[in-house]
Amino acid sequence: MKSLSEIETTAKRASRAAGYSWGIAEEVGKSIRLSELFGFPAINHLNQYYLNKKKENFEEIKLINKINKSEGSSYCPIMVGVNFIDQVKNIETFKKCSVENLAYPLLILSFLSRASEIIGKKLLISFDDCKFLLNFNVSISSNILDKEIPKLAKKIEISFLDNKDNFSDQDWKNLYKLAEDTFVEETESLKQGAAGAGLTDND
Amino acid sequence: MNIELRDPNIIMKLSRLGSFHQSRLSFLRSFLSEFKDWQYNRDLFDLDQEGYGTAVYSFKKKDRVYSLICYANKINDDERSDRVIATKWDAAFTLHDGVPLKGDIDRLRNEVPKQEVGRLTYKELTLSRANKSVRVFDHVVESLSNGNQPDLELLEKVGYLYRTTAVYGSGKFGLADRFRIKNREEINGPFRLEMMLVYLVRQFTFDQVNHVARNKNPNSAVKLDPKICRSLGIGNSTGLGMAPFIVNHPTLLNNWILSREIALKKIREIKIVKTQDRDLFKDCVKSSLKNITSWNTESEYQLKKIKLLLKDIKKFTSFLEKEFDFQKDYPFNEIYLWLEKETCEECIEYVVSIMMEPFGDIVQPLVGQMSSEEEKYFNIPTERNVGDLKKILENKYSNILKINFNIDESNQKFWFISKNKEEPRLANRFEENGADLEQPLAIARDIKKLYERLLPLKDNLKINQFLIDNSDLRHVVRRAFIIEKFPYSEIQDNTIGEKLVPIDMLRLKLSFFGALKFDPRSDKWLRICMFQGAPLPNELKDYDEQWVYKTHS
Repeated sequence: MKSLSEIETTAKRASRAAGYSWGIAEEVGKSIRLSELFGFPAINHLNQYYLNKKKENFEEIKLINKINKSEGSSYCPIMVGVNFIDQVKNIETFKKCSVENLAYPLLILSFLSRASEIIGKKLLISFDDCKFLLNFNVSISSNILDKEIPKLAKKIEISFLDNKDNFSDQDWKNLYKLAEDTFVEETESLKQGAAGAGLTDND
Repeated sequence: MNIELRDPNIIMKLSRLGSFHQSRLSFLRSFLSEFKDWQYNRDLFDLDQEGYGTAVYSFKKKDRVYSLICYANKINDDERSDRVIATKWDAAFTLHDGVPLKGDIDRLRNEVPKQEVGRLTYKELTLSRANKSVRVFDHVVESLSNGNQPDLELLEKVGYLYRTTAVYGSGKFGLADRFRIKNREEINGPFRLEMMLVYLVRQFTFDQVNHVARNKNPNSAVKLDPKICRSLGIGNSTGLGMAPFIVNHPTLLNNWILSREIALKKIREIKIVKTQDRDLFKDCVKSSLKNITSWNTESEYQLKKIKLLLKDIKKFTSFLEKEFDFQKDYPFNEIYLWLEKETCEECIEYVVSIMMEPFGDIVQPLVGQMSSEEEKYFNIPTERNVGDLKKILENKYSNILKINFNIDESNQKFWFISKNKEEPRLANRFEENGADLEQPLAIARDIKKLYERLLPLKDNLKINQFLIDNSDLRHVVRRAFIIEKFPYSEIQDNTIGEKLVPIDMLRLKLSFFGALKFDPRSDKWLRICMFQGAPLPNELKDYDEQWVYKTHS
């Protein structure tokens, strides 16, 4: 088994060899390491992307807008990912954005995961019939286990999810009520002495 | 009294970093201190009469066990090389996490001796190999087998029976990634498991030499005197591989240097020094002289430094004895200021290291701050603006911005990774091919380039906008925001200039390892000795913390 350290170093060097600057290559190394850690076949997709990059031109997005349409060739996932991280605080104001014609969409996942941590919001990513919920760079939930991830996303949608509970008020009340069973009913004597501060401390 | 931390513009110069010496902060000393109450054991010693075979040594505490597995192999004299291109070694080692099963030992027997081309697993933590100093090893076997102790003069000259030529960890060749073990309390310090490997290898070399001598002449052989064992360490040959490490790990470098600087600051701020602390300091300075006079090297560069160091240390000793009054307030501050005025960089840093000896209470808490969670500082704060970045560059890289990179002398060298060994190398840009594949280690040049590109831009331009068209400088933008928080994270010198002495970079790192007796064999590689004078594993429960200054007692 390859260590994550080997994965990061090799992905970084390969990215430099594929024509990216050292700074971008460092970003790719980190992101591929993260994707592999999350269990996605990132090395496989990166490898295929770099093989194709020799033959095909990919468009390098610069400024990410609410709607991003490539002009002819598909977008480079590396530059979408890096620029997404760099510009995430601006992009967040759109609440939702889309990128059409994105090559190897799996490769942007870990960049977006890092972006989720930077802004402190969950991100929902969907393309074709794949969905990913990115949780502050702590985990990624998806519906793609055992499914092939497409090499091209005709349209990928990225939604910024508001920070809100994942459960109903009723669920919370029920659980809280159960938690209350660990509390001690206070007698008069406990009310007087157990809190530390006096009852007449309103000076 | 508040003493300022020393200026990174002075301390992070290569000539100063290349003058650093081991101290109480050094990793091999903090390793001994951490593992002194662990249970040491030799679990397996299955060598043939000539000393070839397998051995296992361990440290154990509660449920945690670390085991060194040694494979000693027969090699021909013409196969023995310290260079990284070697493919065979006298012995190969791995530190295994836990108690190795027979299956592990068999599996690793096929992999560990192959080193870089073998595959390890997450169950292995570090990997190394070593070659005999044949001259010394054979002499010791001969002497012991005849019932005599070896010639101390020869032993002192070399200082070890074996020298390692590389020690790998942190995920190399399939070894466990650091994240798997970083939360273990006992390894809360850099390179602790690498130090453990080297320390246990040292014991293996003594056991092996005794074993071979006994088998050669069972009736008259004697064991190597433990006092002599103690005076021997493990040699190490180190090439350029170490140099990029300190550039590639800026927050870690900062934490090493910052710990040293905080220790010095706190010691200089002590108003009244206790008699016993004063005496210990003076004693260490005095006894350390033997370490300097027994420092063997043929390197003219190092000989010059040693000569100057010896001259200045003698001057300092005389000052301490004849002129200095330890009764005055803030005596270590006075000493430091005198050193700055009167002695060379090598001497200043030598004494700074010794100043830490009496103050375990200051140094010990700093040891735990010498690691780094580097991932935390990787993201570039792209919401900041060009004005912020310009200010950082002007404040933190002021000397570097003065370097003229329009002349060839400032650009003469380039760092690259060799294709056959995947190791860092340094070459002349104007004489060799390969500069187009240069590694991103020319930080000074790229910082200057960044500054020049920022100058005409408006201060309020956001970094995320700047990066869109300047991705070639992204690596140094990241570094600039790191140095803003970590003042000692950057070498304040040109690492590609004509005057670069790469062994300064190696010495910096090796001093933090705790190496002694730097012996440059060229400007690109050197030999050192580790654990010379250190207590043996069965002496760890109660040992003299200042052993390093008493290697000859």
